Amino acid sequence: MRIVVLLKAVPIVGTERLLDAFRVDRGSGLEANGNDEYVLEAALQLTEQHGGEVTLLTMGPAGALEALRKGLAMGAARAVHVQDDAVAGSDARGTVRVLAAALGRLEYDLVFAGADSSDGLGGVVPAWLAARLGLPYLSYAARIEPGPGGATVRVHRISPTGFDLLEAPMPALVMGTQLLGEPRYPSLRGIMQARTKEIATWSLADCGLQPSEVGPAAASSEIVGATPPPPRGGATIVRDQPDAAVAQIVDFLASRRLV
Amino acid sequence: MGSAIWAVAELADGAPTRLSLELATLARTLAEAMGAEATTVLVAPGAAAAAPALAQHGPGVLVVDTAASEELASAAVVSARVATLAAERGPAWILCGASPDGKDVAGQLAALLDWPVLVNGAAVRWQDGAPLVEMSIFGGRLVTESRPTASPAVIVVRPGAIAAEEAPAPGAVEAVEVVPGRELPAVRIVERVAEAAAAASIEEARIIVAGGRGVGGPEGFAVIEDLADALGGAVGATRAVVDAGWISYSQQIGQTGKIVKPALYVACGISGAIQHKVGMQTSGTIVAINRDPDAPIVEFADLVVIGDLFEIAPRLAAAVRARKA
Ligand SMILES: Cc1cc2nc3c(=O)[nH]c(=O)nc-3n(C[C@H](O)[C@H](O)[C@H](O)COP(=O)(O)OP(=O)(O)OC[C@H]3O[C@@H](n4cnc5c(N)ncnc54)[C@H](O)[C@@H]3O)c2cc1C
Ligand SMILES: Nc1ncnc2c1ncn2[C@@H]1O[C@H](COP(=O)(O)O)[C@@H](O)[C@H]1O
Repeated sequence: MRIVVLLKAVPIVGTERLLDAFRVDRGSGLEANGNDEYVLEAALQLTEQHGGEVTLLTMGPAGALEALRKGLAMGAARAVHVQDDAVAGSDARGTVRVLAAALGRLEYDLVFAGADSSDGLGGVVPAWLAARLGLPYLSYAARIEPGPGGATVRVHRISPTGFDLLEAPMPALVMGTQLLGEPRYPSLRGIMQARTKEIATWSLADCGLQPSEVGPAAASSEIVGATPPPPRGGATIVRDQPDAAVAQIVDFLASRRLV
Repeated sequence: MGSAIWAVAELADGAPTRLSLELATLARTLAEAMGAEATTVLVAPGAAAAAPALAQHGPGVLVVDTAASEELASAAVVSARVATLAAERGPAWILCGASPDGKDVAGQLAALLDWPVLVNGAAVRWQDGAPLVEMSIFGGRLVTESRPTASPAVIVVRPGAIAAEEAPAPGAVEAVEVVPGRELPAVRIVERVAEAAAAASIEEARIIVAGGRGVGGPEGFAVIEDLADALGGAVGATRAVVDAGWISYSQQIGQTGKIVKPALYVACGISGAIQHKVGMQTSGTIVAINRDPDAPIVEFADLVVIGDLFEIAPRLAAAVRARKA
């Protein structure tokens, strides 16, 4: 099974900020998006059990390299890094254009994506990409396995009461969640091996795209204002015995009309 | 393109979800401000029976019954039909809910129509001839306002952006047959597996009582459930306890769980790690019960009770019930 994992390098959670032009600052401190590590883990387990290889694909700045190296150390075979000054500031549509074009140059049975990214929180890139590429789309996966016969993929899609067992022919795009399982830590051996693995760097032109199709120029919305919410903290601290403490909580909730 | 605004609705157990009723209400209020027409589109098996409840909330309802596609994953079926209707009738804006199905539909609609998408709308209002979309980003550390640079566009709206409200006069229901211009690849539902009763949705709850590792084990959650019941709220959780198997993933709050914004969040035995904080820090009021005065949550709560949750929570439940009686 050849699996391409879409791995986004995001600002370290808790340190995100906007640049003056209201774009997300990707200049420093990037890490692999949490959800993408879950789908990577699932991809590695599938290829370990059923044969095949995992390719990482990312669109992002130079700083995304570290997240790719970690993915390679975890066990991916190779990585493709679409890096081009023109793609900075792309919205979801620009991102989909780039990822679709890059996938057009790769061979795969399955494409894996995370449920959402911690900086964008859109969660629409995977569905968009699948429809654009004409791939069956299986989302919110808690479990991914080969279907009977081997030409299909089966996914447990989380439902309000349990899961729906989905099946579709390959190639297909699967979007996955944390329920796929804890990602492994790279082993020392994995880290050593990763040094010799290939990271291909592709430009926009390599993907067959024009700069006008991506980046801020092609963005379809603009941020017109940004305000931090009122600061929190300065909490009232209660250290009384349980009964007295509870009386204080009730008074506090009543004062805010919450009980 | 015209100037109409559409809302894409979805059903749960045969009835419109609360988020769908909110979208219908939002479409109606935006249409009033725009001086345009609002329509709710419902594509589902059994759509006709559920349409009146949507029509109560104002806009006319376009109904497409897809009983024949019941064994297929719904998003591809819905988006192919909504896209075809949109291409025929030309709305300027389409609202989708930020539910799993709603986000799937939004992405697929964008591909089929080649429209842009604004995601994660926490509120939408009409200003200077365009929708202004408020979003909470970076785990609630920043609130932005965005505007589409052109119409048409898809806008994804989170639960709670507006209160669902019935209209003075219900809208008209129109049943239509749609032959999609382009079908998306079908995904078959082999089996629907029920493992547990659906818990109260945390994204829609006004009050959440959440438990973390301090709850000690699956039995410990009885205390959390009881307090939630007394307060009339839903039960939330951290990833630590979901990973431990004490409670279902659907209740997880945080970076790789759900983002919530209740009026009251009661955190019991939760340290307040950044990945949890980003899912709940915009709550109206945060109350923390923790043994450790140095836990990070102390820094962003409004009221902190230092103590053992097993001593505090049951007494609090009793006190709240006594007060309500
Ligand atoms: C990629 C990634 C994604 C993640 N996503 C999420 C997410 O979506 N949601 C999430 O929650 N976490 C997430 N995490 C995990 C997060 O980092 C923390 O590990 C987790 O939130 C800790 O859960 P906790 O507060 O229950 O446990 P702990 O950090 O162990 O805290 C337990 C707290 O309970 C207190 N306590 C213990 N006993 C009692 C008692 N009897 N009475 C009162 N207080 C008591 C302790 O003082 C302590 O503060 C993620 C991590 C990663 C790496
Ligand atoms: N720039 C990117 N490079 C690689 N994958 C991406 C990129 N942006 C989004 N994705 C994939 O799409 C998923 C959902 O992202 P989003 O729609 O931005 O929330 C992520 O978890 C990734 O798998």
